[in-house]
Amino acid sequence: MNKTIAELEKIARILRLDVIRMIGVGQKGHLGGSCSLSEIVTVLYFSRMKHDPDHPDWEERDRFILSKGHAALIQYAALAEAGYFPKEEIYSVKKLGAMLQGHPDMTTTPGIEGNTGSLGQGLSMACGMAAGLRLDGRKSKVYCIIGDGEIAEGQIWEAAMAASFYKLDNLIVFLDKNRLQAMGPVADRYNTNPLAGKWQAFGWHVAETDGHEIKEIIKILDQVDEIKNKPKLIIAHTVKGKGVSFAENVVAFHNGELTGEQFETACSELEK
Amino acid sequence: MRLQNQRQIYGETLLELGRKNKNIVVLEADLGKSTMTTLFEQEFPDRFFEMGIGEANMTSFAAGLSLTGKIAFTNSFAVFAAGRAFDQIRQGISIPGLNVKIIGSSAGLSDFGDGATHQSVEDIAIMRAIPNMTVLAPADGIETRKMIHKMVEYNGPVYLRLNRHDLPDIFPESQEFIIGKPYMIKDGKDIVVFSNGIMAAKALRAAEELEKEEISVRVVNVSSLKPVDEGEIRRFAHNMKGVITTEEHSVIGGLASVITFILSGFSMPFRHIAINDRFGQSAHSYDELLDEYGLNTKNIIDSVKLILHK
Repeated sequence: MNKTIAELEKIARILRLDVIRMIGVGQKGHLGGSCSLSEIVTVLYFSRMKHDPDHPDWEERDRFILSKGHAALIQYAALAEAGYFPKEEIYSVKKLGAMLQGHPDMTTTPGIEGNTGSLGQGLSMACGMAAGLRLDGRKSKVYCIIGDGEIAEGQIWEAAMAASFYKLDNLIVFLDKNRLQAMGPVADRYNTNPLAGKWQAFGWHVAETDGHEIKEIIKILDQVDEIKNKPKLIIAHTVKGKGVSFAENVVAFHNGELTGEQFETACSELEK
Repeated sequence: MRLQNQRQIYGETLLELGRKNKNIVVLEADLGKSTMTTLFEQEFPDRFFEMGIGEANMTSFAAGLSLTGKIAFTNSFAVFAAGRAFDQIRQGISIPGLNVKIIGSSAGLSDFGDGATHQSVEDIAIMRAIPNMTVLAPADGIETRKMIHKMVEYNGPVYLRLNRHDLPDIFPESQEFIIGKPYMIKDGKDIVVFSNGIMAAKALRAAEELEKEEISVRVVNVSSLKPVDEGEIRRFAHNMKGVITTEEHSVIGGLASVITFILSGFSMPFRHIAINDRFGQSAHSYDELLDEYGLNTKNIIDSVKLILHK
């Protein structure tokens, strides 16, 4: 598991490329919010989490819940790359009867820990998992990713209060701050500021990182591991559509289609 | 007839099962004195999660606990347990079929004073509509106890609807309960009355009254609303002169829907005694409220006679 930063950067690029391959031409796919997570997901699956693709139910594993379930493509790319299932499966994503559904489904996909997609619920699920693992005296950690658009859901703040009340220090949450949601900028819809202050007020330890710098992500995870008795939130500053030049910071690629030309451009950029 | 309180039985049974099975965990939304989960809390504080007034978070948190191998019981009034947390139940629990038990307490009109906001007239309908969900509504304390045992043995989501008040026993202590199976509580040959919850005892009483007038009524308790053994329902209705359903729930989506769907090929008169697509309201007593909605023994007797032209 001790991969170099360069190796991890290469994996992050491969995952993005697989996201583009999954979307293909003329089909809708959540490109933007998947690509903003590539480095974070890479660090979790290929450097940080205890897990075993040959034994997805290994009891001592760390857990991962993608609360912003619409970014499933990046998780599928990571699971395939890690060996949870053959890579060919990614080409069947969203096909009738396929293992890879439009949103994460634990009943069909090895390595998926819970069903998400209805925004605002995954954080509560992650809290319950953290509480359950602690009850059993396990050292496993629970990692969760929420979106900056997702925090409009009131349930996020119910979970935020519960997590600090129950002192879930085995819970580490990334907030993917890519600043865009389906119909436009988050900031045009409601005021998330002060973002760190809100979570601190709810009793969380809050850290911030560049969500695309692998070295920084690893460093911040090391730091938050030292914090006891509090859940941890890492605000990850990211670029929606990162790595695909024409899609970066473009709302239309939240869940858009690629033309044949765009597909070729994206592949050639990521194959470099 | 002995009276027992379904909430009390629930609290005691949960505690008893919790002593045997350390995987049972209980989540509460600030109503523990009413739902009776305080009994479990006192003995197992580590396995009890007070989630405050946050049913949505409680329900998804329970999903998370079940993902670590726990049998998670969520508790609130039925109107909130099933209604407020509908999406959490549907998305995170029922789609993957997680082992979460949702307890809808003070169901139907049984919280008579608090009015429409606290009275669940459609909880069975919305829970039944969710794939993978099992839906149970016990008729008495004896059945409640047996049901909770079966819920723990069964690995999957279950919705259990409980009444707030003391209800008469209609079953013997030796009564079996199997999920999906309707049970005949009195045989008869003229009319069959399908009932559940508080209405089962009223149907039984009506049948006893009618017997004095030489009218023979079969009473069947359908406390498992999903799944339901359809063959058994058809068998109980076979050769009857009419069918009555009676329930403390909207006529839409509950027992009336279950029975008429199963018996759709039967050419006989049907009458439904249920809440006729209305909300509840406040009243000074439970009986007064039940009368207002026609949920009483007299209405069952009248309906039987109407079908038989007597």
